[in-house]
Amino acid sequence: MRPEATGQTPGVPADWDAPVDLAKDPATIPDLSSVDVPPELEKEIRDHIAKYPNKRSAALPALEAAQRVHGWCSPEAIRQVAAVMQVTPAYLSSITTFYDMFNTEPLGHHQVYVCTSVACNLRNAQALLEALQEAGQDFDDANIRGFECLGACDMAPMASIDNRYVGPIDPSEAPDVIEALREGRRPLPGRGLGDDGFKLPWDKDGSDG
Amino acid sequence: MAETRVLLEHIDEPGLNTIDVYERLGGYTSMRKALTEMEPESVVEELKNSGLRGRGGAGFSMGMKASFMPKGTMDKYLCCNADESEPGTFKDRLLMQKNPHRLVEGIIIAAVAAGVNKAFIYIRGEYAFVADILDAAVNEAYGKGYLGEDILGTGNDLDLVVHRGAGAYICGEETGLLDSLEGKRGNPRLKPPFPANQGLYQGPTLINNVETLFNVPMVIGKGADWFKQHGTDQSSGTKLVSVSGNVQRPGNYEIELGIPAREIVYGLAGGPPPGRKVKFWFPGGSSAPVLLEEDLDRPYSFESMAEAGSMLGSGAVIVVDDSVPVVSVALRLAEFYRHESCGKCVPCREGTNWTVKMLERIDSGEATPMDLDILANVQTNIIGNCLCVLGDSMAMPVGSMVKKFRGEFEQHIERAREAADRLSIELGVAAPPADQAA
Repeated sequence: MRPEATGQTPGVPADWDAPVDLAKDPATIPDLSSVDVPPELEKEIRDHIAKYPNKRSAALPALEAAQRVHGWCSPEAIRQVAAVMQVTPAYLSSITTFYDMFNTEPLGHHQVYVCTSVACNLRNAQALLEALQEAGQDFDDANIRGFECLGACDMAPMASIDNRYVGPIDPSEAPDVIEALREGRRPLPGRGLGDDGFKLPWDKDGSDG
Repeated sequence: MAETRVLLEHIDEPGLNTIDVYERLGGYTSMRKALTEMEPESVVEELKNSGLRGRGGAGFSMGMKASFMPKGTMDKYLCCNADESEPGTFKDRLLMQKNPHRLVEGIIIAAVAAGVNKAFIYIRGEYAFVADILDAAVNEAYGKGYLGEDILGTGNDLDLVVHRGAGAYICGEETGLLDSLEGKRGNPRLKPPFPANQGLYQGPTLINNVETLFNVPMVIGKGADWFKQHGTDQSSGTKLVSVSGNVQRPGNYEIELGIPAREIVYGLAGGPPPGRKVKFWFPGGSSAPVLLEEDLDRPYSFESMAEAGSMLGSGAVIVVDDSVPVVSVALRLAEFYRHESCGKCVPCREGTNWTVKMLERIDSGEATPMDLDILANVQTNIIGNCLCVLGDSMAMPVGSMVKKFRGEFEQHIERAREAADRLSIELGVAAPPADQAA
């Protein structure tokens, strides 16, 4: 069954077919003196630029740093990076829209990625995602989403919670995870990769963590 | 069956990620040997002789690849591909997290042998915690003078930068990785020119997987002949396999190439849950055509998996048991590739999208058995028609599932259609059949 035509495709701006305003200035490289960049962010971006033969290589780490400061790749965050790197904001937008880890909308400070790829899906990952989303329904500060393979199929079903790999998580533990995030605690202590004494439940010698 | 622990040697040693512990256990001696006792040519020759094949998926000879690097004084680069994002693969994560210095040592040896003075580790952004460990290891190596200018007084210079990606499967494709490292969207490039001639910043570039470089200190330290004692004639050495899916003990296991696959799935990983049977399995990540239960008796090696019509790929074994409908696996797989297609080549961008749509129709009862032919046809029209193999990586496994489980697909279509019919009668959008009409 086809959905009824509403005349509007979701995700497409209403004025997509409006003629281009030729009088408008093309996007230009913002002048650093006109943009207020936090000094630590500016220093971090400059350090990244210094590591590469070509400054553009620093785009990914620079945007990552800006996202950490601003919470998401907001137009202001992009302008700040553009001013320090001396590239156009449009070029940086082309990057933020390509890579999954850049948020182009404000989605909260906590990043909860549930791996729902092939191997995890064989181990109940979809149920975990749904449980976490339900538990986090009224918690606006977390971006809870399914993510393609996170490279932790041994811990399935798992989630990357603010860059900490936690698993295996039973869907019934989802409210605990959200509660911990709400209170600023580390969810499921001892169950994250790299935590002291971490091992998989079926792993006798603990060599896999 | 016990594991053969060569790559995973000392992996449980506390503090192995620090340079002191690593050196106490004999670390960086291969680097000293390669830099002070050997000529770069003989290092490359040793790698060639060892038969070490790339562990990232393609299985190309590491020594050959290094020998393709042109001589001369131009800027040359080495990229370690740590973007590990093939579904089912998690071996490099373990190696880098536990033993980062061995990777650094492997990079130093390979770089000096190939005449490189600038190296990068491109690690996927999701592995941020592993990247921190690598950063610390690289700093320690700089502190000891193993990186930087005039390493060990031999006149060799090498800079090493840990570069973090930001979540894109395509950046594991070598030319996509290069574009991403140059600060662009990770779109693959047309080949040729191959990276060995024109790669990063248009300079000659050697690209190797983490596990491949991890083998290098061992090959140099113990010699090619020792290395060849492990594995088969055409697949020398040991291999880390990541076993996942419906098994009782998912995890990383180190094996000698050539042992029967059954040993891996049942012996090491414990087989499927009690009462379940293996329905099919992916021998080398989600991009490999699926194999059946009876193929478990084949030896697990590059050549034997190719003979079976599949590939060893990254060494990720995903096991699917008989409780799982094949359509759900195919759909999940196709959705992954649709999401990750960079969109540059039409057959891949459209092919992955339409494959998902067709599988959704099969699942929702809107398809007919004829659609399976169209589905199979779409897969053959993707293969070989794009710049990179992302589209092929969906087409091959999905094509193999349709071929090997055609009966189940047809049954699924039939049942879904019946269920959809019943639903529309209940909802009153369709008239009940004449004989049931009141």
